[in-house]
Amino acid sequence: MTSALAAPRSPYARAPRKNGVNWEKWGWLYMRVSGIVLVVLIFGHLFVNLMVGEGVSALNFAFVSGKLANPFWQWWDVAMLWLALIHGGNGMRTLVNDYATTRVARGILKSAILAAVVILIVLGTLVVFTFDACPAGQPADLLPTFCQAL
Amino acid sequence: MSTPTLEKPPAVPEEIQSFTVTLSVRRFVPETDEEPHWENYDVQMYATDRILDALHKIKWEQDGSLSFRRSCAHGICGSDAMRINGRNRLACKTLIKDLDITKPVTVEAIKGLPLEKDLIVDMEPFYASYREVQPFLVANSKPKDGKERIQTVAERERFDDTTKCILCAACTSSCPIFWTDGQYFGPAAIVNAHRFIFDSRDENAAVRLDILNDKEGVWRCRTTFNCTEACPRGIQVTQAIAEVKQAIMRGKP
Repeated sequence: MTSALAAPRSPYARAPRKNGVNWEKWGWLYMRVSGIVLVVLIFGHLFVNLMVGEGVSALNFAFVSGKLANPFWQWWDVAMLWLALIHGGNGMRTLVNDYATTRVARGILKSAILAAVVILIVLGTLVVFTFDACPAGQPADLLPTFCQAL
Repeated sequence: MSTPTLEKPPAVPEEIQSFTVTLSVRRFVPETDEEPHWENYDVQMYATDRILDALHKIKWEQDGSLSFRRSCAHGICGSDAMRINGRNRLACKTLIKDLDITKPVTVEAIKGLPLEKDLIVDMEPFYASYREVQPFLVANSKPKDGKERIQTVAERERFDDTTKCILCAACTSSCPIFWTDGQYFGPAAIVNAHRFIFDSRDENAAVRLDILNDKEGVWRCRTTFNCTEACPRGIQVTQAIAEVKQAIMRGKP
């Protein structure tokens, strides 16, 4: 005798994930890893800028240009920029997912976050790698005084 | 032989002090009410009485129309989870002496699930996500000696905490993510998945981990610890969810 009833405890069907990559999982892992790295990068940054040597009184245009002329600090700052912006952007995205109720609101807010993150990353990276405190061919009175020593 | 009699009359028992407690209950009758409203009831209670006793007194002596679920009344069946003074508790485990009775004690239905009447909510969405994690032992292989699946004390201890769940929904309905997104599995479903994922006799851990490795699965948890605080059985719910996250990362329990 055949039965029309499904076998007891047949698995409950839920639509399988469509795309192969599980972004939620990797996003969660990214938050943990970048968080740990950022603790080192940010406190290192604060320590070098505010406490080493003359401390906070040494901070001026010349100090920052000196740092940005050094490839080590260039990469330090770029790493901080990328990790922090993506970390913050992903955090904001989860907040939007949690609290924006309509599809349209979620879409608008998430695109705004994405735009802010992308623009800031592009601009910041551009500044860090192309910054020149003493551009050639500029009148001397517009340049900082230490450029005359070069 | 004479019948033994009491020589002294028993001492008059000392009067046990009772208190007038005001209960502010969030009432909702779907047939007549547009919106839920608060109603106050004064009941005479002893310090050792429970909120469930107060609700019984209201229902039996003052207003028979008050509706709430309860079954065993001893914190095992999990029927009477409700929001008492803004916290999810079991009415049958909340004693009057533990509450501030100088103000009205607020009693309302748990949040995040559709309100049906007074303190009763529709539990079906909660049970649906519970069913989805396959909360039953799956073991297709034959046990070694053909009789039983032996487990060491340590293997049993591994998932002991999550076996205590009574499915009262206090955790899931205290979760801010569940309030705003009913698609989230919720703490209770993950706790019951944890109970089988970490059971050495079970063979379906990979399937359950895959079910929970989802946008609406464990990654939705923001570790606010509301669930751990709400659990009337003292289950470390947030820790169980974190263990499932780690198991997904490892790919095995």
